[in-house]
Amino acid sequence: MLEQQLFNALSLGCVYALFALGFTLIFGVLGVVNLSQGAVFMLGAYAALTAINQLHAPLWAAIAFAFAFSGLVGLLIDRLLLKPLRKRDAPHLIPMIATIGLGLAMNSLVQGLFGAENQRFPSEVLPQDSLQIAGISVTVLELGIILVSFVLMTVLMLTLNRTQLGRALRAIAESPKAARLLGINVDGLFMLTSFVAAGLGGIAGVLIGLYSNALFPLMGQPMLHKGIAVIILGGMGDIRGAMLAGLFLGFAEVLSVAYIGSDMRDAVAFGLLFLVLLVRPKGLFGTVQERKV
Amino acid sequence: MSDLLKLTSVSRHFGGLKVLQDVSFAVKPGTISGLIGPNGAGKTTVFNLITGLLPPTTGDITLDGASLVGRKPHAITRSGVARTFQNIRIFKEMTLLENVIVGMHRHLDYGVPGLVFALPGYRAAEKRARDRARELLSWMKLDHKADDLADNLSYGAQRRLEIARALATEPRLLLLDEPVAGMNSTEKTELMREIVTIQGRGYTVFMIEHDMRFVMGLCERISVLNFGKIIAEGGPEQIRGDPQVIEAYLGREDDEVSVTPGDAR
Amino acid sequence: MIEFLDNFWSVYSNLVLSLGTNALLALSIYLTLSCGMLAMANAAFMGIGAYTSSILTMNYGWPFPLAIAAGMAAPALVAFIIGRPTLRLSGVYLAMATLAFGEVVRLCILRAEGLTGGALGLNGIPQLTQWWHVLLAVVLVLFLLARLRRSKIGRAFEAIKEDETAAGLMGIDVNGHKMLAFALGAAIAGLGGVLNAHLTFFIGPQEFGFDRGVEILTMTILGGINSLFGPVIGAAIITLLPELLRSFKDYRAVANGLILVLIVLFLPKGLWNPAWMRKVAGLAKRGAK
Repeated sequence: MLEQQLFNALSLGCVYALFALGFTLIFGVLGVVNLSQGAVFMLGAYAALTAINQLHAPLWAAIAFAFAFSGLVGLLIDRLLLKPLRKRDAPHLIPMIATIGLGLAMNSLVQGLFGAENQRFPSEVLPQDSLQIAGISVTVLELGIILVSFVLMTVLMLTLNRTQLGRALRAIAESPKAARLLGINVDGLFMLTSFVAAGLGGIAGVLIGLYSNALFPLMGQPMLHKGIAVIILGGMGDIRGAMLAGLFLGFAEVLSVAYIGSDMRDAVAFGLLFLVLLVRPKGLFGTVQERKV
Repeated sequence: MSDLLKLTSVSRHFGGLKVLQDVSFAVKPGTISGLIGPNGAGKTTVFNLITGLLPPTTGDITLDGASLVGRKPHAITRSGVARTFQNIRIFKEMTLLENVIVGMHRHLDYGVPGLVFALPGYRAAEKRARDRARELLSWMKLDHKADDLADNLSYGAQRRLEIARALATEPRLLLLDEPVAGMNSTEKTELMREIVTIQGRGYTVFMIEHDMRFVMGLCERISVLNFGKIIAEGGPEQIRGDPQVIEAYLGREDDEVSVTPGDAR
Repeated sequence: MIEFLDNFWSVYSNLVLSLGTNALLALSIYLTLSCGMLAMANAAFMGIGAYTSSILTMNYGWPFPLAIAAGMAAPALVAFIIGRPTLRLSGVYLAMATLAFGEVVRLCILRAEGLTGGALGLNGIPQLTQWWHVLLAVVLVLFLLARLRRSKIGRAFEAIKEDETAAGLMGIDVNGHKMLAFALGAAIAGLGGVLNAHLTFFIGPQEFGFDRGVEILTMTILGGINSLFGPVIGAAIITLLPELLRSFKDYRAVANGLILVLIVLFLPKGLWNPAWMRKVAGLAKRGAK
């Protein structure tokens, strides 16, 4: 039934949007395509799992823990890897290559530690109830995902558009040099952005882990690839575009699974990307932003 | 004598911003002409339109009567238009010689079999290219540094390298975007002579410049752009005395418009 | 002596030949990098070459040379199709798009079970690769790339890599050259795939995915992209490393990832760096005095 599908699509789309946001934030503010974001996403899910299994934490606490843990990893990545490369004024491809390597190393490490098989969140933790709203069956889980995503995205948009902090971040996105001259603590904000973006990725990881009830070391990879498709579709560096494109992809994916078949669900993103690029090289929503150094 | 380059009612809008409005002028073959105007008047945009980096919103640009509008940059170059850039875009990791040889790309007519098997056609073409590159470098007094990395050059030398490279494309029209920016007066005088020599070899030169002495000393015909519109056109004497031009430049720290036209000859 | 060599060969022949095919892969990425593009789809192109040629030899009994040709043409064709929209993108966008498309190819391989054996892969590929095939391939590719470098095409690549806009204004057809580098790189990767498949007699989709792509990239970056020998050396090191550090075989992927990070941080121009070597040689000479 169409409404049911649309609702499923909404929750999936929200998670995609959330992931894409983290990715876009790093690209917009730090000017770097951080391809280890997929691994960070996965780490969030595993961190939550560990919190629940080892520390017997309730779900909300596990999510918070995932945010903090992923955020910390993101922060370390910035300090130890991205900052030295920034100092060196390395061409854009270099940080990308380095984060590719890092992501791979992290994935493989987790595989070595946790094993390659699927793990799942213990069923006691998962909200099981569902409600009937306007004739659609809605699980509390899906509602929770949508709610959490919307709250986070709203907070982010408000911060970016209405606060001094947001203005500073937008200034850096335009030109870090100019921002520095204006007295903005660019380095500190790089740290903050890395932390928050990674944290958002980590939360997205937990949410997908709950949604699909499967955790595995390489779960970040399809997410990363879709994230790439989303942000190219949404116009690179465009926050609103990333969110919209994420939602759009969620819908496209669920609808294609319902009406075409589930084998190629992961390929839907790329098929779309291919088609869109043929017609509109700048993506669906965006103008490709040229970053002035 | 028909026009080499002709702009007819060219406009360029960026959304609501009208960068150029109804710009028309012509450049005659074999001449040195100039485009001047205060900062932000839209001069570099004119160059970008001519070389195909941007399309005009309205109007036409023709080279020898054939329209350039809608053609890709590399096709326009092949028609005979070459340019240098305001913020110098030489290939830093290549030597001077290699930089100039790149400019000859379209003139090296050998194919894959030629280059794979080092056939005589390939070898001859490469030798011709190297010789010609050295010749062009010598025009710009850079031949003694032919094998140095372009990155190691001084600012003024980099500008001259860019001109040599542009000449390598065998253009009919050479567009120079602020060729003497950042040079000292000795270098400027030297470049003036080199440009006259270039004109003497049959090239047409069209430049954007802020240095009035340079422009008045070299250009036979000058167009003045202000806020996207042409406000005056004519020989150096005319422009010097034009009240609108003086007003456009009033209060600026540019060099004074006080040099006798034809100084360079 | 002969006996030693014989023994050595029977034990290590696969390794040496893998080194050769890896060198081909590394050179294919080197080619695109020399044109300023980071094309992360080469592992997928390798896969296309491997599957195309294997299906032709296994199921249709095609002679090896024809299968090789097909295994090079197929990825080049796919590259041409993918290239049209994506090569318009620049820098990081291009890298990301090719990364994503590489994944699509892998998914398609998985999906087309009837043809490719799906997740189980293809087994029983005739072992047609001889040592001289690999040697010849590497030598020919090196020769071709060296000749390209010394020609207007190689110069055009370098110009595009430094400044696309300026290159275009030199009369260089930027999109055309990018497509050439991309498609030729795909063909070379396909060649590596063909030779590799007919060496190991088994191929599966997991071999041509992201891990593989990163491994190839590591080889190229490790060796350095300033000379043609860099990728070959990088390939040698990465191929031999798991053999030398037997205990770390399981952590191969981690090692590759870490090597990439460390190289980028500390040895950005790679190992085979003529400038660095000249410096070291200079120091050595002074020391000798």
